[in-house]
Amino acid sequence: MVRRLLPDNESVLPLLSEERWRARGYDRALAQAAALGPDGVIEWVTAAHITGRGGAAFPTGKKWASVARTTDPIKYVVMNADESELGTFKDRVLLSGDPWGPLTGLAIAAYAVGARDAFLYVRGEYPEIEALLKDAFGWTRWAGPLADRLTFHLYRGGGAYIAGEETALINSIEGKRPEPRVKPPFPTQRGLWDHPTVIQNVETLANVALVLAHDPEWYRAVGTPSAPGTKLIAVSGHVRRPGVYEVPMGFPLWPVLMDPDYGGGIGGSGRLQAVLIGGAAGTWLTADECREARLDNESLRAYGASLGSGAMMVFDDTVNIWRILGQVARFFAHESCGQCVPCRIGTQRLVEQLTGDRQPDYQQLRELGEAMRDASICGLGQTAPQALLSYLDRPALWR
Amino acid sequence: MGNDVTMTIDGMTVTVPYGTTIRAAATMAGHPVPTLCWHEHLAPANACRACVVEVEGSRTLVAACSREVEPGMVVRTTSERVQRARRVVAELLASASDASLAPSLEALCRDTGAHPENWGGATWHQPVRDDNGLYVRDYAKCILCYRCVEACGDQAQNTFAISVAGRGFHAHIDAGWDRAMPESDCVFCGNCVAVCPTGALIDRTEWTLRQNGQWDDAAITTTDTVCGYCGVGCGLTLHVLDNRIVKVTSPPDHPVTHGMLCVKGRYAYQYVQQEEAAGED
Ligand SMILES: Cc1cc2nc3c(=O)[nH]c(=O)nc-3n(C[C@H](O)[C@H](O)[C@H](O)COP(=O)(O)O)c2cc1C
Ligand code: SF4
Ligand code: SF4
Ligand code: SF4
Repeated sequence: MVRRLLPDNESVLPLLSEERWRARGYDRALAQAAALGPDGVIEWVTAAHITGRGGAAFPTGKKWASVARTTDPIKYVVMNADESELGTFKDRVLLSGDPWGPLTGLAIAAYAVGARDAFLYVRGEYPEIEALLKDAFGWTRWAGPLADRLTFHLYRGGGAYIAGEETALINSIEGKRPEPRVKPPFPTQRGLWDHPTVIQNVETLANVALVLAHDPEWYRAVGTPSAPGTKLIAVSGHVRRPGVYEVPMGFPLWPVLMDPDYGGGIGGSGRLQAVLIGGAAGTWLTADECREARLDNESLRAYGASLGSGAMMVFDDTVNIWRILGQVARFFAHESCGQCVPCRIGTQRLVEQLTGDRQPDYQQLRELGEAMRDASICGLGQTAPQALLSYLDRPALWR
Repeated sequence: MGNDVTMTIDGMTVTVPYGTTIRAAATMAGHPVPTLCWHEHLAPANACRACVVEVEGSRTLVAACSREVEPGMVVRTTSERVQRARRVVAELLASASDASLAPSLEALCRDTGAHPENWGGATWHQPVRDDNGLYVRDYAKCILCYRCVEACGDQAQNTFAISVAGRGFHAHIDAGWDRAMPESDCVFCGNCVAVCPTGALIDRTEWTLRQNGQWDDAAITTTDTVCGYCGVGCGLTLHVLDNRIVKVTSPPDHPVTHGMLCVKGRYAYQYVQQEEAAGED
């Protein structure tokens, strides 16, 4: 078992202690960053092929380079800890097990792009994480210049799933309704208060700290060539041992369900029906597909799936998947910001079609789903029909 | 030609100035895209999605109203994906809102062959809000195009009396805690009414005449004049029915107003029709 993001031996040291920070190698990470200089840091992050762990898997080095390149003297960095995707709780586990990793990554991001202000946007339902991070800000007294030069701003999430979408998050921090903005311009061009802004998922930043604490080659020794490193997978539903597991990118899905070190076998009836991978905005994998699939975006593409936020919701054969689709539709109808037509009205129509008494017309549902996917402003509306569309593609799940 | 961009729209090569939107370029190329929320004097709200087009290399469709052209961009305005998305947008809107005074939405339904009746379900049907002397709010017709919010906000009026509240299907225009307009910050300029594309916001005189079956577009004549209240010189268009002013607007291309007015110019026209009464005093 590989343990990189989730700490192991060091866990005897007090969570927020300086000793623990050193034991995790983060003193080395900041020293290494300072030695490399901003451009060198971006080179390392690029060479490590870190991709975003918040869902979109965008290359992190590329994002930083585009912000570092701008001439605007004011830049910002943001840690996105709004984690509200269904079945997703890996950022909470990561922050409560190793707050120093993401924080160190955030300081490195700020140094690399030339930001003086670092924002932490924390889901409102995570008060213990909020308290932990506030206590951690004391590290500026002893963690050296890269931390000391920064001002940390902690924001409590605006109470909606959509507030985790990066441009809605910007609006939320600015005190506005968390409605997504149209892209382009991207936050890297025009972000917080119109300044270039790097927004990064908690887990992505923890990976950054690891790269700097070691080196890109060490980092790439695990995972696949296109997606090196490890991934946190939040396993929930019908498994014996639900929880967050760290696996190398490209790890087979099956042992994550079955191995005693991971999910420990199917719970409930003991017979697997399907896994919803990637959260509510995810894709159904049938039991047969679960036997073959590997956990990285490149191999999941064959199933029309992606890792998304790293959630795996497991369902035994007693569950009526159609009803799960209705629940998923309710979630999106409730969480839609209401700004654009395909999502505002489309999510409502999906709820009605999926929870009504009438047998819906699959062709009509598919057209609605495809229009939402194609024409919605942001990822919420674009992926809200994803679970339904993947169900329609898999007659094996119909009954 | 450093300030020009050359790109392709529906197979045609077009060259337009840098900063042109796909919508404007498509119009120049003679392939206009339909729009509902877009308004020539307001920043694009991107909300209705009727204007989506296919841009080669883009995962999703792209809103033509706001996306600026790039060199070598390849745009298709009528691909199958585009037509499906537009038809679904039309069906969804018309299944939820009353389109009877929304010519642009009616046209979109017609042009896309939409069947809104295929979608039962919740609608926007709700009581008319009749709470002030100057305009009526019939939100059953609202398509949440954001135009009124933009016009009341920093795009024209800078009063910020209204905004969007609620989420998802329940998102709606609100003057703050569901207040009546006279209790809100509204200054009754009527600029929201002027930009509303659906009749959800409608001047009281027009509303009353329509209720009584007396509104007759064909019988209305217009006269352009200049507002006599102050020295700004706003252009006015008087809409006259049976020798009475029934509505005042300002030409959208007027250099001073861009179609926006204040409460006096837009609504204080009764005195014109009260000559005798004023003279007798
Ligand atoms: C509806 C919606 C909700 C999102 N919520 C989150 C979230 O809670 N946390 C997160 O890191 N990213 C979230 N994202 C993705 C962000 O927009 C953004 O891509 C991400 O924070 C970038 O960081 P990364 O490149 O490190 O993944 C969300 C996206 C959408 C469309
Ligand atoms: S897709 Fe949904 S959540 Fe995103 S902007 Fe449109 S209405 Fe809002
Ligand atoms: S009448 Fe004028 S002030 Fe009142 S809501 Fe409309 S735009 Fe705003
Ligand atoms: S009231 Fe009119 S202008 Fe305002 S959002 Fe509704 S349709 Fe648009």
